[in-house]
Amino acid sequence: MRKRGLISTFIFIILVSTVFAVAVNASVLQDRLYDKYGVGLNGFIEGRQGWRLQDDPFEKNTSISEMRMQLDLSKDDDWGVIKLKGDLVGDQVEEKAYAELRELNLAFSPLDFMDAKIGRQTLTWGTGDLLFINDLFPKDWKSFFIGRDDEYLKAPSDAIKTSLFFDLFNIDIVYSPLFNASQYVDGTRLSYWNSMLGRTAGRDFILDDIERNSYFRDDEYAMRLSKNIGGIELGFYGYNGFWKTPEGLDAKESKLWYPELLAYGASARGALWGGIGNLEVGFYDSRDDRDGGDPLVRNSEIRTLAGFERELAHDFTGGFQYYLEWMQEYDTYKSTLPAGTAAKDEYRHVLTLRLTRLLMNQNLRLSLFTYYSPSDQDGYFRPKVHYKITDQWAIETGANIFFGKDYNTFFGQFQYNTNAYAGIRWSF
Amino acid sequence: MKRSAMLVIGLLSVFLTVSLQAAEAPTVDEIIDRANLAAYYAGDDGRAEVMMTITDAQGRTRKRDFVILRHDVADGGQQKFYVYFKKPSDVRKMVFMVHKYIDQDDDRWLYLPALDLVKRIAASDKRTSFVGSHFLYEDVSGRSVKEDIHELVETTADYYVLKNTPKDPAGVEFSYYTAWVDKQNFMLVKAEYHDKDGRKYREVESLEIKNVQGFPTVVKARVLDLASGGETVSVFKNIKYNIGLKDQIFTERYLRRPPREVRK
Repeated sequence: MRKRGLISTFIFIILVSTVFAVAVNASVLQDRLYDKYGVGLNGFIEGRQGWRLQDDPFEKNTSISEMRMQLDLSKDDDWGVIKLKGDLVGDQVEEKAYAELRELNLAFSPLDFMDAKIGRQTLTWGTGDLLFINDLFPKDWKSFFIGRDDEYLKAPSDAIKTSLFFDLFNIDIVYSPLFNASQYVDGTRLSYWNSMLGRTAGRDFILDDIERNSYFRDDEYAMRLSKNIGGIELGFYGYNGFWKTPEGLDAKESKLWYPELLAYGASARGALWGGIGNLEVGFYDSRDDRDGGDPLVRNSEIRTLAGFERELAHDFTGGFQYYLEWMQEYDTYKSTLPAGTAAKDEYRHVLTLRLTRLLMNQNLRLSLFTYYSPSDQDGYFRPKVHYKITDQWAIETGANIFFGKDYNTFFGQFQYNTNAYAGIRWSF
Repeated sequence: MKRSAMLVIGLLSVFLTVSLQAAEAPTVDEIIDRANLAAYYAGDDGRAEVMMTITDAQGRTRKRDFVILRHDVADGGQQKFYVYFKKPSDVRKMVFMVHKYIDQDDDRWLYLPALDLVKRIAASDKRTSFVGSHFLYEDVSGRSVKEDIHELVETTADYYVLKNTPKDPAGVEFSYYTAWVDKQNFMLVKAEYHDKDGRKYREVESLEIKNVQGFPTVVKARVLDLASGGETVSVFKNIKYNIGLKDQIFTERYLRRPPREVRK
């Protein structure tokens, strides 16, 4: 513990002094690195502060309070690109300072029809807007719910990505020798429904999981086959790994664990009625509970979504999605559920709405994203105002509003966490 | 014999006069087609570095630096554009790609590198500001010549002056625009847009035209917003035509991994 404190202090000192040095010398440093070594340096420094809008008996009032510096170094050459992107963070809520490596990778084209990217990287595919079916790359839900920049919803993967491009179709294969888990709500800074206790919990019960930490045994494969036919983008997906959030419970140890998951699906996206339409479907094969008889492991699911987005007026866009999670082997699930446990629905329906309005030469962006589940009777609203004061300075304010009839549904469990935040960022 | 010779000479001279007149005064459609080709289809492909300075009514400026690649599928027809942003920092390495069609809505994509996200963008409204500047999407990729009724209202010593009235007035914010086309090289030198009350509210002007590899090329352009008082000036540098851009650059592969042609 003392050692961790020392490291935190050390990182914090580095953070403050680097921020200071960068802020004073950014442009000089940028030019020198580029002229001498051909290395591009960019990044930002930001402060962000947010509070809960109601009392949460299990968490602090402050939902976010941090200073962050991101440095992004890249070297571009004929043979490829090396990239390093990392954050130094001073976090007052968790009372720690830490460094976070977000990207460290080498991208190159070994063959005319082949691209490769090796190392820590951010990965995304699929067609959903803030809904993910075949994108089984890690997410950071904590960052998303406390109001960090959207960039932080995507957690990095340590992986090798190989892409092959043929006339007939393209194929991407992502291999991670070690499972990359998502950051889930575990009680450290967001309260949640704890099914073991049968009540909401937070810092009084921080969830622990059994890490998947064996290289090459706890590995993941993700694959995509894609093709663009006359403006319609088609995708076929496969995944072999584990549930990205720990969907299994080890009752003896009171720990969560990551059951095996096999997933496959398809998507289509194209122009439709003057806008963009998309469809996606996926089958989640929960290999550790195929017959649905283990109440402590999440059942298999079919997930599907349909979306449509279009411009409603100048610089005003609207988007709508319908999403469905359909639990398989529902009867078995219900009959094996321990007495007294609230049963989940067989079908979870979610509707989302996105409205984005750009004003003042697109320097002011008003946006609203909402999730609403008519089956769970809960929802989550994300209003946000972002203003670019200059090309360097930007301010933003927003909220994460959770509501629900019950305290044990997906969004309803977070209702004590409803928060508002504001941030200021200087980019260089 | 003599009379028939006279007739032939007479007919010939009539033909000659007619064809000479045709050479001197092309039809409106010819002017429009040639102006469209000169402005948007020079060479089979092209590359340019663009420096935009956006000034608002209060005099505050913002910069946008990007590299633009263009590939013509057919002259006067389908085209592909690839825009790679360099500045400012918050849009750096973002890519905007357009597949432009003549008889259907364009396909547009945006690549956000921080999320590794390839986003498809709805493209029904082409008269929206391009990256917050006073240039509109249509100024960048060209307004289809089929969308307006064109009239030659004046021929001056240097210019053809054309009045262009939209066939679908509800779909645009102007009632008509007047365009000055250079008689020598068919470059659009100036366009003035008039609103529904007939007031001039917008002006697009080619401030400097240079010859690049034999193609007359706008190297400096300006849009004035007369209604609100702002303006955007674009300066084009390192322009090159016919560099042999491969069609596959304009696909998802190169959104995620920008080609050498833009990274330098």
